[in-house]
Amino acid sequence: MLFRYFFILLIIIPIKAIALIEVDITRGNLSPLPVAVSPLSIDDNSKENFKKILKKENLGLEISMIVENNLRQSGLFNPLNKDAFLQKPDIANLKPRFEDWNLIKAQALITGKVTFVDEKLRVEFRLWDVLAGKEMMALAFTTVPSNWRRVGHIITDKVYERLTGEKGYFDTRIIYVSEEGPKTNRIKKLAIMDQDGFNNKFLTLGNELVLTPRFSPTNQMVTYLSYFRNLPRVYLLDIETGMQEVVGDFPGMTFAPRFSPDGKKIIMSFAKDGNSDIYTMDLENRIVERITNHPSIDTSPSYSPDGKHITFNSDRSKYQQIYTMDSNGKNVKRISFGNGIYGTPVWSPRGDLIAFTKLHKGKFYIGVMRTDGTGERLLTENFYQEAPSWSPNGRVLIFYRETKTNSKGEGFSAKLWSIDLTGYNEKMVETKTDASDPSWSSLLSN
Amino acid sequence: MNLSKIIKNAFLILLASLVLTACATQKKSTGQLQGDVYTGSDSVEYLASGVPDRVFFATNETVLTTASRETLRKQAAWLRKNSKLNIVLEGHADERGTREYNLAIGERRANSAKDYLMTYGISSNRISVLSYGKERPVDSGSNPLSWSKNRRSVTVKAN
Repeated sequence: MLFRYFFILLIIIPIKAIALIEVDITRGNLSPLPVAVSPLSIDDNSKENFKKILKKENLGLEISMIVENNLRQSGLFNPLNKDAFLQKPDIANLKPRFEDWNLIKAQALITGKVTFVDEKLRVEFRLWDVLAGKEMMALAFTTVPSNWRRVGHIITDKVYERLTGEKGYFDTRIIYVSEEGPKTNRIKKLAIMDQDGFNNKFLTLGNELVLTPRFSPTNQMVTYLSYFRNLPRVYLLDIETGMQEVVGDFPGMTFAPRFSPDGKKIIMSFAKDGNSDIYTMDLENRIVERITNHPSIDTSPSYSPDGKHITFNSDRSKYQQIYTMDSNGKNVKRISFGNGIYGTPVWSPRGDLIAFTKLHKGKFYIGVMRTDGTGERLLTENFYQEAPSWSPNGRVLIFYRETKTNSKGEGFSAKLWSIDLTGYNEKMVETKTDASDPSWSSLLSN
Repeated sequence: MNLSKIIKNAFLILLASLVLTACATQKKSTGQLQGDVYTGSDSVEYLASGVPDRVFFATNETVLTTASRETLRKQAAWLRKNSKLNIVLEGHADERGTREYNLAIGERRANSAKDYLMTYGISSNRISVLSYGKERPVDSGSNPLSWSKNRRSVTVKAN
């Protein structure tokens, strides 16, 4: 068993005040909100117990660091240096002295308390509006101690949602392909990690080539391409049990899989006799449906969040371009008309945008356009990058980037990068090995 | 028109013609490239004496060049002589395309080779096709010559 999920009990303590501070999320990180994340207070007895179980000196501090790091990474917040904090964690959580926090220019304050109760981890936290001097939110969680990092992510999601008005994306994971070895013979393994890079695990051993893993919207299943026994086929992997099965066992190559929004179907390409078309398979009754029937290459399909439409790329107009169609294959429309070639369209979870890869004059771009092809916006340019995947709130894109090798063919690397929808906050996502083909999960808890 | 303008125009024309000549020289064979199809023998292995194992393609193309057809005719003759042999055609792409599209184009390249072998009398049940997309480059360089070596279909003995 690779993973085990634990339900987190959410006990909501009534919220007293109306939000007065707001984060402007339309312009990216131009003026990140100064926020103070106080270490969560912890009593000596709880401290000792968690030290024994989790080998963490001060769990209250550790959880606050997760929240702080998440907020900083989002680009929308500026967590202040803890050295400047005047109030002790336990007192701050009871009743902050707002003048003290005002003095260091904090506009929002997060406090909390960690306790060890009946072998469980209990965490409460409060979000304060420093200028108004009011509590904005107070919540408590009880869970198994090993879930402590997730608690930090859930707190961040709650704070993010309260301050921006949008759902967060912190209690999520990234599945990707870990890469090692020379460029001419890469060893590739499926790997999964928390959104912040922690809890990295390998899901395959590297014996066969694996590509393009994608999360199901229901979270426990992943679909990907494996070259097991040199037969490139679409597979399904249950990351909870480790069970794998082939789903695209057609007389030819199946590839480019993705789930339908309800998780019940897989949409993929099937290549035979030099032609690739798009098919779906119902996972329950295994009924296969052909969606496109055209002598050109049709691949990289992605559903709209309501399941009514599909976007894909095709070279039916000679070069790779982006198209949309109804989910039954009718009403095929080309939507990319800019200069260059376009590929890997992915429909935003919000439904209004399609993210894509574009190649123009030897440069690769990640961009977004409206679903009718208007309003194209290029977010980032590089030697090579592709395969954007949306955060579950449709706010951030994760993709991979490869370096140009030198004249001796040395210096190749592949890394994950993320960028805000606004084009701000572009950053590398740290992974232990080289990495490609990222796919973002939906929120593990809601 | 004053003198300085005339000189300026003359200079621009000169510049333009220089650029054009430069383009023209680039289009020609540079020893190992014709257009952007690889014509060298760097990575090429031999199935038998005088029978090269691979054919090369232009960027974004899956049609066989004259040289490729000649290579495949040699392969067909060799396969007819060795009628017990089965083969795998491995189709590949360069790194300058998206992964999934490259898988499709590799499959199409290998099938171009397969179709040609079939017209020279090789039965389709002796041939299987396997696309690696851009996953197995033979040259790790990031330049047009390296890419041209990687856009290929390689004939491999299956038994």
